[in-house]
Amino acid sequence: MKDLGSTLLREEAFEEIVIGNTAVARAMVEAGVRSVTSYPGSPTPEIAEALAAMGSDKRPLRFEFSTNEKVATEVAFGSALNGHLSVVFFKSVGLNVAADSFVQLSLMDIPGGLVVVLGDDPGANSSQNEQDNRHYARMAYVPVLEPAGAQEAYDFFKLAARIARERHTVVILRLTTHVCHAKEKVRFAAWKPEPFDRTPRFDPELQNYIPIAASVFPLKRRALERIEALASDPLALSADRVDDAGNRKRGVIVAGNAYLSLLDALAEVREKPDVLKLGLVHPLPAARVREFLAAHEEVKILEELDPVLETEIKALAYDAGLRTRIIGKLDVGELMGEHVPSAVRRIMAATWPDLYAAPPPEALPAVAAPRPAQLCPGCGHRSAFYAVKKALKDDDITVADIGCHTLGHLPPYRMGRVLLSMGHSTATASGLALFNKERRVACFIGDSTLFHAGLPGIANAVYNQHDVLLIVMENGTTAMTGHQDHPGTGRNWNGETTKLSVRAALEGLGVTNIREVDAYQQAKLTGMVREALAEPGFKVVIARHPCMLKFTRDQRRKLKAAWKPKHVRIDQDACTKAHECVERFGCPSFQLHDGRAVTVNEDLCIGDGSCRQTCPSGAIVEQLGGAE
Amino acid sequence: MIGNFDIYIAGVGGQGIGLLSEALIRAVDHAGMIAKGCDTHGLAQRGGSVSSHVRVGADARSPLVSEGSADLVVALERHEAVSAGRKYLKEGGTLLWFDASWQPLDVRLGKARAAGESDVEEVAALRKGTAVRVDGEGLPDPRMQNVAMLAALCRRGLVPGLSLAHARAALSDLMAGAALDANLALLAD
Repeated sequence: MKDLGSTLLREEAFEEIVIGNTAVARAMVEAGVRSVTSYPGSPTPEIAEALAAMGSDKRPLRFEFSTNEKVATEVAFGSALNGHLSVVFFKSVGLNVAADSFVQLSLMDIPGGLVVVLGDDPGANSSQNEQDNRHYARMAYVPVLEPAGAQEAYDFFKLAARIARERHTVVILRLTTHVCHAKEKVRFAAWKPEPFDRTPRFDPELQNYIPIAASVFPLKRRALERIEALASDPLALSADRVDDAGNRKRGVIVAGNAYLSLLDALAEVREKPDVLKLGLVHPLPAARVREFLAAHEEVKILEELDPVLETEIKALAYDAGLRTRIIGKLDVGELMGEHVPSAVRRIMAATWPDLYAAPPPEALPAVAAPRPAQLCPGCGHRSAFYAVKKALKDDDITVADIGCHTLGHLPPYRMGRVLLSMGHSTATASGLALFNKERRVACFIGDSTLFHAGLPGIANAVYNQHDVLLIVMENGTTAMTGHQDHPGTGRNWNGETTKLSVRAALEGLGVTNIREVDAYQQAKLTGMVREALAEPGFKVVIARHPCMLKFTRDQRRKLKAAWKPKHVRIDQDACTKAHECVERFGCPSFQLHDGRAVTVNEDLCIGDGSCRQTCPSGAIVEQLGGAE
Repeated sequence: MIGNFDIYIAGVGGQGIGLLSEALIRAVDHAGMIAKGCDTHGLAQRGGSVSSHVRVGADARSPLVSEGSADLVVALERHEAVSAGRKYLKEGGTLLWFDASWQPLDVRLGKARAAGESDVEEVAALRKGTAVRVDGEGLPDPRMQNVAMLAALCRRGLVPGLSLAHARAALSDLMAGAALDANLALLAD
């Protein structure tokens, strides 16, 4: 068995099949990164898994999952101020959370250098939007390197780190979902471990680090001059490439993963356009783009999401008086979704209809039922939703937050019907409760999200006396993103730590009306929600049950061969076909046959038994040891 | 090998598609061919549809297989076999499917029909391809469905140039001890 950790710490050059995220972790080691921070969020958590695999005694850098992306950015900034090359990574929308501090970074002289690794999510594979974070980079004067695949993710990280360290600044490495998860054989260079100089080198005399009023301007001037210089810096431009097909008529300017899709889409094309593939997407390498435009009659700008390059390139062509026909986005469809090979082929065919002799292969229309993600068998959230729903009237209003419990909006629960962002639920619910005596308002939040961004909304609800019920769905982990610890678990990424109690945090914020119950105690939870809703002001019910996916995995790992599967089964003689289990409790283990009989899928059922109390005829019975 | 060979793998979160895909890419590498691929992650652990793309050959550049272009679709569940076959199988391709049923939400709520064996066969027929059914008979642990599928595709020669020996080498890169032994037993010649 190949050990990932020791592989990633090899001192000689080597090749290995890895995903982009893992390649970035090795690049951090080679680049001499000393401090890494993050908040978990797809598509980036595997970076932390790769760092974890290295082992605490051999890993040449320190890592932490911070409480949110803003905090993670600030910790990385602080360590870089002391001279240590630092990295912060998080998902696309994490940059919204980090933005207040992020936008200041280019004003700062950062001796250690800081790399922000973004996991953008075109296609919204695992996010609430598909925002294009290049806009933030433009707003904040931060350069962006954008790799196409795993090899480039590694190469470009090292380039980003070098620019950041040499220029005392911040650089974005912008990954997208299918760069993070693209798997290929990557060629890694040798690594020479360097002794770690821990000297804290922060020097307030290096520059004025307090940007207020007039003192902002020299800092802003330097940021602007720095980013302008980078547009013609040979080091930064080394990330670009030109595929010269000898086509003087047509060219394509492209960046990131869309480049690989373009190569696939052009495979069958006889007269291939020339391709300028940008590695540095901000600032735009103006001279190179101008030269490419001038050499072609028509140039297609192929970019995922928003027309950022298109807008800049058109302006550049106007200023240069170029007559090249620049073809940007053809319709709004081109601003949405991933530029996968089939999408790029469609775009190229719409751009130049003569490119293709034959239509592309197509999918047959879907007929099978779609399979949305759902709460796992045994999930405490299922019990909670089932029980809470009983205490609510149909027109009461429920507000979701981000986490596994967001899945409660799906049938059969239909709980938590509006979602904005991490931690929004209490405050959105507070607004929904204004002027509203008819429809009661309840909102949900998970424990990790509560510590991430939920506390200010709760403080506000207490302070401004909002009439809202908050139900904390406490499962003791950050489940949705892969069971990372959080401030309420008693462990951080590096070991045991102070455990922040959810209840104590609430009490500290001045919440006085708090109830607690195990989510499996459905009748008790229903009763508590009924009582709480009848009381005025802000109140909280903590519905607690450990994440059963994590619990079951831990049990299996601990007990090894001694672990025995546990299931429930339906006593078919007792079953009255009321279908409470399958239609309202809705555990995916229950299978419905021809609209009548219900059985239990033993590959799915974990035997937790939380379903048994829902059956009006007591037909769900426990069965140890699985089926015969 | 001349040209690419594209494989699309589909199943339900929790069926172990990640391991199947990783082992397949490594097996192809052990066979001396170039492989790349990509898993879909996101909400994969929560019982939704999951997929993985594996592309064999030097000319494959994107890690993603295009719709209607897969030489081989590997599905670990009936409904997924129907969906993945319709979306990805190319004309004349092979649909290798494991006969398990994990009903999707609408089926469990009685709002959609459950897929049966004939539905899977119909998809292959529409694509003028072949459906190959694998079942769990004799499988010591349901969690080994993924490796059973790896064994089936090697044994039937469904990926040109790939043998059971390559699959064994790949699994030996990825696991050790009793788990490895149990899985290697499925991959015996």
